Amino acid sequence: MDTALEDRFPTCPLSLTINGKPYTLDVHPWTTLLDLLRSDLELTGTKKGCDHGQCGACTVLIEGQRMNACLKLAVTLEGAAITTVEGLGTPEEMHPVQKAFVEHDAFQCGYCTPGQICSTIGLLNEGHASTREDIRELMSGNLCRCGAYTNIADAIEEVLADRASYREAAE
Amino acid sequence: MNKHTPDLKAEKIEGGVHASVRHDSAHKHVAGTAVYIDDITEPAGTLHAGLGLSTVAHGLLKSVDLSAVRAAPGVVDVLTYEDIPGVNDISPSGMHDDPVLAEGKVQFHGQPIFCVIAETREEARRAARLAKIEYEELPANIDIWDLDQTTHPQVFPPLTLQRGDAAAALESAPRRVKGRMRLGGQDHFYLEGQVSLAVPGEDDEVLVHCSTQGPSETQHMIAHALGVPSNAVAVEVRRMGGGFGGKETQANQCAALAAIAAKKLNRAVKVRLDRDEDMVATGKRHDFAIDYDVGFDDEGRILGIDYTFALRAGFSADLSGPVGDRALFHCDNAYFYPHVHAKSALLHTNTVSNTAFRGFGGPQGMVGAERVIDEVAFAVGKDPLEIRKLNFYDPMGVDGTRNVTPYHQKVEDCIIQRIVAELEESADYAGRRKAIQEFNANSRFIKRGLALTPVKFGISFTKTESNQAGALVHVYTDGSVHMNHGGTEMGQGLHLKVAQVVAEEFQIDLDRVKITATTTAKVPNTSPTAASSGADLNGMAAQDAARQIKDRLIDFAAEKYQIPRDQVVFLPNRVRIGNAEIAFNDLVKQAYMARIQLSAAGFYKTPKIHWDRSKGRGHAFYYYAYGAACSEVSVDTLTGEYVVERTDILHDTGRSLNKIIDIGQVEGGFIQGMGWLTTEELWWDGKGRLRTHAPSTYKIPLASDRPKIFNVNLTDWSEAYEPTVHRSKAVGEPPLPLGLAVLHALSDAVAAVADHTICPQLDAPATPECVLMAIERLKARKKG
Repeated sequence: MDTALEDRFPTCPLSLTINGKPYTLDVHPWTTLLDLLRSDLELTGTKKGCDHGQCGACTVLIEGQRMNACLKLAVTLEGAAITTVEGLGTPEEMHPVQKAFVEHDAFQCGYCTPGQICSTIGLLNEGHASTREDIRELMSGNLCRCGAYTNIADAIEEVLADRASYREAAE
Repeated sequence: MNKHTPDLKAEKIEGGVHASVRHDSAHKHVAGTAVYIDDITEPAGTLHAGLGLSTVAHGLLKSVDLSAVRAAPGVVDVLTYEDIPGVNDISPSGMHDDPVLAEGKVQFHGQPIFCVIAETREEARRAARLAKIEYEELPANIDIWDLDQTTHPQVFPPLTLQRGDAAAALESAPRRVKGRMRLGGQDHFYLEGQVSLAVPGEDDEVLVHCSTQGPSETQHMIAHALGVPSNAVAVEVRRMGGGFGGKETQANQCAALAAIAAKKLNRAVKVRLDRDEDMVATGKRHDFAIDYDVGFDDEGRILGIDYTFALRAGFSADLSGPVGDRALFHCDNAYFYPHVHAKSALLHTNTVSNTAFRGFGGPQGMVGAERVIDEVAFAVGKDPLEIRKLNFYDPMGVDGTRNVTPYHQKVEDCIIQRIVAELEESADYAGRRKAIQEFNANSRFIKRGLALTPVKFGISFTKTESNQAGALVHVYTDGSVHMNHGGTEMGQGLHLKVAQVVAEEFQIDLDRVKITATTTAKVPNTSPTAASSGADLNGMAAQDAARQIKDRLIDFAAEKYQIPRDQVVFLPNRVRIGNAEIAFNDLVKQAYMARIQLSAAGFYKTPKIHWDRSKGRGHAFYYYAYGAACSEVSVDTLTGEYVVERTDILHDTGRSLNKIIDIGQVEGGFIQGMGWLTTEELWWDGKGRLRTHAPSTYKIPLASDRPKIFNVNLTDWSEAYEPTVHRSKAVGEPPLPLGLAVLHALSDAVAAVADHTICPQLDAPATPECVLMAIERLKARKKG
């Protein structure tokens, strides 16, 4: 390679909002949202599991929709509002989904947890899940190698059952 | 943050032993603030690594031209074996067969040959592709199925277990069945891949943050590779994003490379494998070829048995020797063999060196035992559960003769009968057996299957010296406690359990005990967190440390207040001294003023155990953990696809230190075991290339694969037969082979296509393809 990719492909300007905070950045055209979050912005709550869009550990919310951050090129997100696990709540005032995960011990090693939580919020926003079966099916894009699926489903079911309070908190 | 006001009137502390306390990192996991190695703020100027991997399975390195790699943008250095200042070996077995970087030859497809160090990870990975490597390819053995076990090279001396005269028993047995089973391996697929961050220090020092289950061994391996004494290297880990055995020895390579590069370049270096590289370049659970020859009577009672457990070791010994040993130690599962001969064959192959994985060969041994039960059951025409019960070891308290293992240890604590009886009842085995028969009679294409399988799992490292642990406990003058021990946290709640033990000892609320990162600088020469022993060993060591401090506090109080020692009693958050009570914190302060040492190093070694490998005899295990699972499946006999309809589990964790943590382990272990035996298929092609190297092709269980109905309970009546920490039992590995219930339920469903007259001999993983082939085989045999 004669010249660095960096020289041949200049960085692109990008403005977006992450967890309510506006950012004006210059990113390489090949930088994924995941690498932007983890490496450039040091928002390391979002995890890299497979980098192939198959494990769900990097799930974030883009305009309220769940998305694998490793499959999304940052430059495609001009003007987008992104929410990561860091933007959901505070230790004192947790998001209802975070709270439910704590109450149901819905994790073991914790590595898939930020993705599971963001995915759950996406699931709730979609509004398609009404039964436990639905939860299991619609959460099957988020792998948990520790096999904490029972408690994860319990946590989600609780939030689902209490949709009113969930909507309230989301507003 | 110190919001805590101890309740000085409490009847019980918050979060002592046997309390169902939530994971200590819960609030951090849900907020994304729990720090894993790749989340640590990188020191300024941190460099990143990319690996150059072999593209042939076996060959000589004729030329390695790295000039284009070195010239690539961002590249700072390229390491080859010549850059290793110490010894190019990280073999944990002492066989000196595990190079950090290949030297002269490559022995498997995916073996690291060089390591690029660049300003960014992307640059390092891109540059690694530019190497020009010429190989002289050599013949490669990939699979073990057709290898001659008597002549093929083995990576480590095999083991033989023998009791009685198996050959004679087989000859004289009224019934006899021989067979062979293929049993697949398993990738750990820890969500957090292998990762190390090395930070160079003064002189020869280096600090390595490493996702490792064995910080001490990682430390020693780094020192060995760097050519420095162990005291120059510190290895630290707060938590792992899953380990499952895959970070017992497999973390060492990344750690050594990071440390070597960091010392050479005097900059921090991070090595983090990409998922595909991780799956290709690091070891997995061993796949096995199991040969069995069993003699039995007309009732189905086993009289004599002969086993060979051949495993795919890969190119080096790693832990294959002890893994093969543990397979033999569990070839009896919960069954008494009057005459037994069992041997391992640790076959060398040109594949990645296989390693520890939750159960460490034990589950593979039990798969063999359960296949034999199936064979016997079909031969005598009985429900396999009847055969299981007929062959159990004598129950605890019965002074019988059916209680000696193939390694000559007496089974003294057998509670499998009660567990199975209770599970049979709670899962309504008999009723459902009948219902399934009716269902199958009326269902042409969907067949249901049911199985109840037991687990007996031996607890202790068979390497005697590994059964020791250390801990360090400090009490500060405000009464808060700092706790450190040699165990590592990978999600199993070990730190929490050990903290509960310490809180219990001092009778202070759990939130007064600080959990801290495992580091070789605080507690030295520790064993890897493996063999399910984490809480057993480290809990006892921490208890010892706490007791030393407590003893000093008692001595101090007795002398100061002029009362006998036994009148100093630790109550919740306070201490009764004679007739007066003072806060724990106040006693600590007084003790400090009187110059009492408030720090202690604790130690524990497991008593009673011994093992003579050359004789195949010993008291290899301190105790056994038991459990049983009952699973029901439905199988589409036209496609082989299946669903796990229901699973009931009853598992023994003695007097559980923490029930919610233990139930999580049991559920997770079962699911991982089920995955191993059903959907997780490792596939190497003829060239030795792993073709299932990402979750796209390698299928671990999903939320939707979990049994539709899943009832998991712990025995509330059992306690460890030996004086373990608060009479609890280990829980890490024993639940994994509960997954066998699914394999056998599938086998039962498959058998329905031939009216349960033919043993399906279902191999594992029983993927839908494998199930379909078994169905077709049975259909053909039934016709023929």
